[in-house]
Amino acid sequence: MSAVRSFVDLLAGRRDPATLAPRDWDGAIGVARSEAMLATLAHRLADAGLPPAVAALFADQRTVAKVAQRQALWEAEMARRALAPAGIEFVLLKGAAYAAADMSCAAGRQIGDLDILVLAPDIRRAENLLLKAGWEWVKSDPYDDAYYRQHMHELPPMIHRARDRMVDVHHTILPRTHRITPDALALVSDAVTSSAGFAVLNPADMACHCAAHMLADGDLQGGLRNLWDFHTMTRDFAAANPGFWGQLDGRAALHGLQSAVHRAARLSRDLYGAALPSGWDRQDPADGWFRRRLFARDDWGRVTDPLLEQAFYIRSHWLRMPPAMLARHLWTKWRKR
Amino acid sequence: MRIAVGPVQFRIGSDWAEPVAALARLYAGYSQDDVRPADATVRLFAARPWRRWLRPSVHIGGDFVVPDALPLPLSMGLLAAEMGMNLQVALGWRRHMLLHASAVAKDGRALIMSGESGSGKSTLAALLGESDWRLMGDEFTLIDPTGGEAFAFPRAVSLKNEAIAEVAARVDPARLGPLLAATPKGDIRHLIPRADAIAAMHEPARPALLLFPRFGGEVAVEPMGEGEAFVRLTEASTNYVALGEAGFAALTRLVRETPAFGISYPDSAAGLALVEQLWAEAAL
Repeated sequence: MSAVRSFVDLLAGRRDPATLAPRDWDGAIGVARSEAMLATLAHRLADAGLPPAVAALFADQRTVAKVAQRQALWEAEMARRALAPAGIEFVLLKGAAYAAADMSCAAGRQIGDLDILVLAPDIRRAENLLLKAGWEWVKSDPYDDAYYRQHMHELPPMIHRARDRMVDVHHTILPRTHRITPDALALVSDAVTSSAGFAVLNPADMACHCAAHMLADGDLQGGLRNLWDFHTMTRDFAAANPGFWGQLDGRAALHGLQSAVHRAARLSRDLYGAALPSGWDRQDPADGWFRRRLFARDDWGRVTDPLLEQAFYIRSHWLRMPPAMLARHLWTKWRKR
Repeated sequence: MRIAVGPVQFRIGSDWAEPVAALARLYAGYSQDDVRPADATVRLFAARPWRRWLRPSVHIGGDFVVPDALPLPLSMGLLAAEMGMNLQVALGWRRHMLLHASAVAKDGRALIMSGESGSGKSTLAALLGESDWRLMGDEFTLIDPTGGEAFAFPRAVSLKNEAIAEVAARVDPARLGPLLAATPKGDIRHLIPRADAIAAMHEPARPALLLFPRFGGEVAVEPMGEGEAFVRLTEASTNYVALGEAGFAALTRLVRETPAFGISYPDSAAGLALVEQLWAEAAL
């Protein structure tokens, strides 16, 4: 069995870790590392009987993931202190939001940049306040800078000069030029307060954003992790609220994300064994390509199908912008190589 | 292939046979456990398939990859493997606080030497390791966050430039690797640590003296305050920030409990004499 299958089966709980031969662990760990999910796997298998070397490695991972999460929430607090006095409220997105809301996918989840969402009219003021509070621009290239400002759903990334951490300030969740335009005002105004006190998207919107990030915007880099987020959050939301799947359908329709959300649900069923309600539990032949892309790793964690990877990269750009603009963008990028 | 250095089990893969064969020779005396899952993975690879044969150039990968890092020619494949092992430990190891420092031990107590490349910390450690000290490592010293002990990482010592002749004159030639001439880091030759140092690699030692050597200039000794030692060691640690509060506690304890000195020395003989003198006078 391939390493990536073992990894997915371990997460899904379909495979007893005791059945892995010592050499199989190298592959499962290699895939987990390449998906930035080693600490997630370590949490999933926290109570399992493991070879001593694996148990020790996993214990290390759980410890540092806890520290990293604390640091990520501290970064959110720093942004709050920079923006709140001027009356700018933000909604936490992705990893930091999952940690703030103490969700099950947060256990061991790597958190990269701080992602926050503000109302579009507030964005220039937010940028100025963050610059005053010690953040600096990262992109020095004028084309990249202009590209972000004109076409993207976020400001050019900024990094804090003392803490060396990045912040992405969003005004919506998909690029402006994307074929789909989610209702950003609804995302912000219907946000809820998390247990840590920060605003986060409401459950249905959070699942919509997760699916949009994975399937409508990205090229499925880190797809197994995004899918794990989607799977565990929808499972937990549905357990707490029987009407969740219906609400998710409604919100997905509002944001134009029905296709992405339904595909994410089907993929989380196919990979992680999610139980879907009727109306969601369908088959779509195109899902096969997505599964192939998600499984395309060898036991060193390397991508095994560069052509398929390239195809998904092109797809992500195809969705992001109209053809003429895409041609101009790729031409400019190519000349700068 | 698999190599265990101190607590770290490596899995090393390569698109070419030569670097692995060179490693196998250097690490033949280390105990091997072929079924223990790896903690760190190193992969030497060709960025394009034809680069395996045509002007072969070795890229360093594995668990962590440094983007835009320049490849090395296949003749320096052993250096690439060594750099890969260092990289994966520097970026991935979390069980201990990692100090970019050499260390030797005597009677269960450790002398830790931290400094930039060229400070002579590797050479001093290698030379001390040929006398009545146990070589713990020339590159990384691991500090246990709970107990404060130093753990060894006795990889093959990377001798550079003038240090090669100096050490080669004192050791059995069978303990030296091939000469890698004119690498980006200068001439390099690896020294296999003494068998007793390899056999004792899992034994911790209590930090007893911290030195910050500087090669060149007159003999000088300057006692270093806790604050300066602390700041220098945060800069010498690759995982201090990632460890959070545990890293802070471990480092605070280390600088509070261990006397520290900056030393300058014009040549190895003077450096060794200075080290022995400070060990006799100041080590706890």
